[in-house]
Amino acid sequence: MKKVLMSVAVGAAFVMAAGSASAQTLNQVKSRGVLQCGSNTGLAGFGQPDAQGNWTGLDVDYCRAIAAAIFNDASKVKFVPLSAKDRFTALQSGEVDVLVRNTTWTMSRDTQLGLEFGPVNYYDGQGFMVRKKLKIASAMELSGASVCTQQGTTTELNLADFFRANKLKYEVVAFASSDETIKAYDAGRCDVFTTDASGLYAERLKLTAPDDHIVLPEIISKEPLGAAWRHGDNQWGDIVKWTHYAMVTAEELGVTKANVDEMLKSTNPDVKRLLGTEGKFGEAIGLTNDWAYRIIKLVGNYGESFDRNVGAGSRLKIARGVNALWSKGGLQYAPPIR
Amino acid sequence: MSSVDAPKLGGTGGDEKPHVAFWNDPEKRGYLFQALLFVVVGYLVYAAATNAIDNLTKQKIATGFDFWNNTAGFDIGQRLIPYETTSSYGRAFWVGLVNTLLVAGIGIIFATMLGFIIGVARLSKNFLVNKLAALYVEVIRNTPLLLQLLFWYNAVLKALPEVRDSVAMPGGFFLNNRGLFMPEPVFGANFSWVTWTLAAGLMAYFAYGRWARKKQERTGQQSPVLLVGLGLVILLPLLAFFGAGQPLSFNIPDLGRFNIRGGVQIYPEFVALLMGLVIYTAAFIAEVVRAGIQAVSKGQTEAAYALGLRPGPTLDLVVIPQAMRVIIPPLTSQYLNLTKNSSLAVAVGYPDLVQVFMGTVLNQTGQAVEVIAITMAVYLTISLFTSLVMNWYNSRKALVER
Repeated sequence: MKKVLMSVAVGAAFVMAAGSASAQTLNQVKSRGVLQCGSNTGLAGFGQPDAQGNWTGLDVDYCRAIAAAIFNDASKVKFVPLSAKDRFTALQSGEVDVLVRNTTWTMSRDTQLGLEFGPVNYYDGQGFMVRKKLKIASAMELSGASVCTQQGTTTELNLADFFRANKLKYEVVAFASSDETIKAYDAGRCDVFTTDASGLYAERLKLTAPDDHIVLPEIISKEPLGAAWRHGDNQWGDIVKWTHYAMVTAEELGVTKANVDEMLKSTNPDVKRLLGTEGKFGEAIGLTNDWAYRIIKLVGNYGESFDRNVGAGSRLKIARGVNALWSKGGLQYAPPIR
Repeated sequence: MSSVDAPKLGGTGGDEKPHVAFWNDPEKRGYLFQALLFVVVGYLVYAAATNAIDNLTKQKIATGFDFWNNTAGFDIGQRLIPYETTSSYGRAFWVGLVNTLLVAGIGIIFATMLGFIIGVARLSKNFLVNKLAALYVEVIRNTPLLLQLLFWYNAVLKALPEVRDSVAMPGGFFLNNRGLFMPEPVFGANFSWVTWTLAAGLMAYFAYGRWARKKQERTGQQSPVLLVGLGLVILLPLLAFFGAGQPLSFNIPDLGRFNIRGGVQIYPEFVALLMGLVIYTAAFIAEVVRAGIQAVSKGQTEAAYALGLRPGPTLDLVVIPQAMRVIIPPLTSQYLNLTKNSSLAVAVGYPDLVQVFMGTVLNQTGQAVEVIAITMAVYLTISLFTSLVMNWYNSRKALVER
């Protein structure tokens, strides 16, 4: 709450100052020497600091990639942990430059909050987790259940829609942070814990006995999770967008962290344009031409980031599914760099 | 000023005022500075407001209060007034406000009771009672309220059994980690008879009390106020209840597949918040009460004893009325603190005004400036109203000089 108040107070004061400077995010970031990235307060696989304060996750990698493209240094990111209900205020008021915090792209958020939403770095959907001993196989059996959820999320709305549409009764208990939500569920306050499916797997690891809980098969919503920035700064928007597309393109072309130096010698025109040995695509977005080389060298391509954080190489072991490349039956698709 | 200096200073003035330029006249200069300050502050407020609106529009952030009637689309657990997911944001605001008022109102009553008990206990001559009260005050007063709330919430949740192992109590009461379930009274058609009788009984009781006091002041004779009062307030409505054919039944809660169905539910979030606020504020009230009692000089007690009053009436008639004059003003600020602290409900998932309106509604609409302005205005109104009531009470209790 304090944070919101602060942001508003500071916001009201700075909205004035920031007004004319809204198209200047890149210059601000450059002169500050560090990218301020709004991230989750702690969601395994997406954005979480470890004991030493090193942030890891799919969303974290996205921010690191932006920093790599600008500064040629993936560590020049300051992660600002934001709760679900504070995140938009923080972005609007300029507290962060970009918000990559498993945030669902919806029409109202895109059009009414003064924000722009960019590429989807994770296609998700909302699911339910229950205790195994309840012997429930489907969300349709949940009538009368109490449900723990985090407030200020699309989850809260989807939940209400789902139970209303299916004429099921329920009781909602909403908490401000995800930690309090999962703790209350663990303490038995609720029968059901609901959030995005990826989040369910991540939060399950925090429970006292993760194996006593199952995720129900129903996915009740579309949750395209992506990056957001302030409306009106198109140059900054281009950088955020194309950072993700560069990572996807790199995966598509087989350019990885390990082989990117060799790939500089590649004769494939697509690879040459990506790595900046041909054309001036980097300069067109206000960066250097080796912007994508930096991203891949310092962070890796989309597939590598996925595997490391949420996929087979991580504790979450989430299958690529809809997040596979379009050429492999998924939805990840980047417009061509040309 | 001492009277010796006065003639010297006053003497120089004379009948004619010397001509003084207005910037040298302290009075006029005072007005000028007041006006300047007013203009500067006014301009700052105006500039901030117009700039904020201007820039919000420029950044395409929705402004205005149109969102008030839009469909909320989310649910609220505890609601005392009807609310559906299809209700408006405005309706959600009222649900949150009523929840805030509920916890603040009940909290103030219990905190006052507990605070007075602890405050008196701290003055007890019994070593154990005295030290226990002191320990309570010191421990509770010196730890953050937020931690205490989280402690109570987890303590409440962990201590209670799961739904399946609910503690069934006689009379249809169930206790589990979803809350306390009680039979819900269902009022029959003729129940208004009982209500009206109760109201009439209460009025008669107050009238009788006044009459009895007047009589005692006049003649010194006491009347059986308590007995007559009990008869009027309890016996009479009971008679009306049976006379109307017992128009009251109960909706008994019953164990469903997940939860208990029917009945009235008291949520653990509410209990945790209430406990946290009451226990915390009571520690402060206890200190206020102790200070108030100690402010009454010992001579008053001794004088009362000398007149032959026993310790009980001494406390009732001599010490407490005088202590109240000292107690009420700081007590008011404790009430205000409790009301404002109830906004910490968000930490334990209790749907109060801040949780519902400044949390979910703000996030769904994105209109931070409007939502926070409304929320602040509401707390300001509640606080000012509480102060108003307490100031009125204070002026009644204040020393009347005859």
